[in-house]
Amino acid sequence: MSNPASTLSPGDTLATQSFRVTRADLVRYAGASGDFNPIHWSDRVATSVGLPGVIAHGMFTMALAARALDTWAGAPGRVREVGCKFTKPVVVPDDDEGVEVQVAGTVANLTEDAVHISLEVTCNGEKVLGAPKAVLVRG
Amino acid sequence: MAVDTALVGRTFPPTEPYTATREKVLEFARATGSEFDGHTAPATFPIVVAFAAMTALMEDPDVGIALHRVVHGEQRFTYTRPVVVGDRLVATLSVDSLRQIGGADIIGTRSEITDESGEPICTAYATLVHRAEEPA
Repeated sequence: MSNPASTLSPGDTLATQSFRVTRADLVRYAGASGDFNPIHWSDRVATSVGLPGVIAHGMFTMALAARALDTWAGAPGRVREVGCKFTKPVVVPDDDEGVEVQVAGTVANLTEDAVHISLEVTCNGEKVLGAPKAVLVRG
Repeated sequence: MAVDTALVGRTFPPTEPYTATREKVLEFARATGSEFDGHTAPATFPIVVAFAAMTALMEDPDVGIALHRVVHGEQRFTYTRPVVVGDRLVATLSVDSLRQIGGADIIGTRSEITDESGEPICTAYATLVHRAEEPA
């Protein structure tokens, strides 16, 4: 982490970040990532497999968590480890509002060269990722 | 049909090299709203090559996976260094584990992502859940 890391302690909370997600974001992510699974853009296909509607790519939600990590770290390229389970889909309605995904973080542990962070990623107050956590390099 | 346990320990051929051009990295950074310093790719960018390696596994007719029954259960990356513009990325996927729970196959995969010369960049661990077919 950047300079603020020198003052961090285990248990400290990091500033929660909110990201609005719309259908347009999912289309853009599909193109950028190469994941064109229709459950991420077609209500017809999504509902046919038992989903409530189009859902965000799990990896898109994880990318938002990584974006929050970059902000906390003060620069890109400082993530040494990041991982999660995909436990609950983020359903994205076909409107201009979309949904809001919130990424909260707590300092779990500090070592000489790394900061271990426990994340909480929620949508409409419900956790959407299971046990998300990361390790950032202290810079 | 359950996936054959002989799959465990199998390593698939490396993917074709994928060039992380400035344009592709910028496109990914924009799509995820990530800051781009002109050089460093977002942390989850390597999913692009890991995804290609997983697709090759899932489409292998000998493996017995029905693509539409696969759900991405878990993902983890560990990095030796970040991906940077100009990297020629190669992913080599191995199947580390296979469990059966309630008729579903839980497939643990590991993709070693290197540059073209084989120098490590990161490891992408993915758990794929292959759901059982509904009774006819």
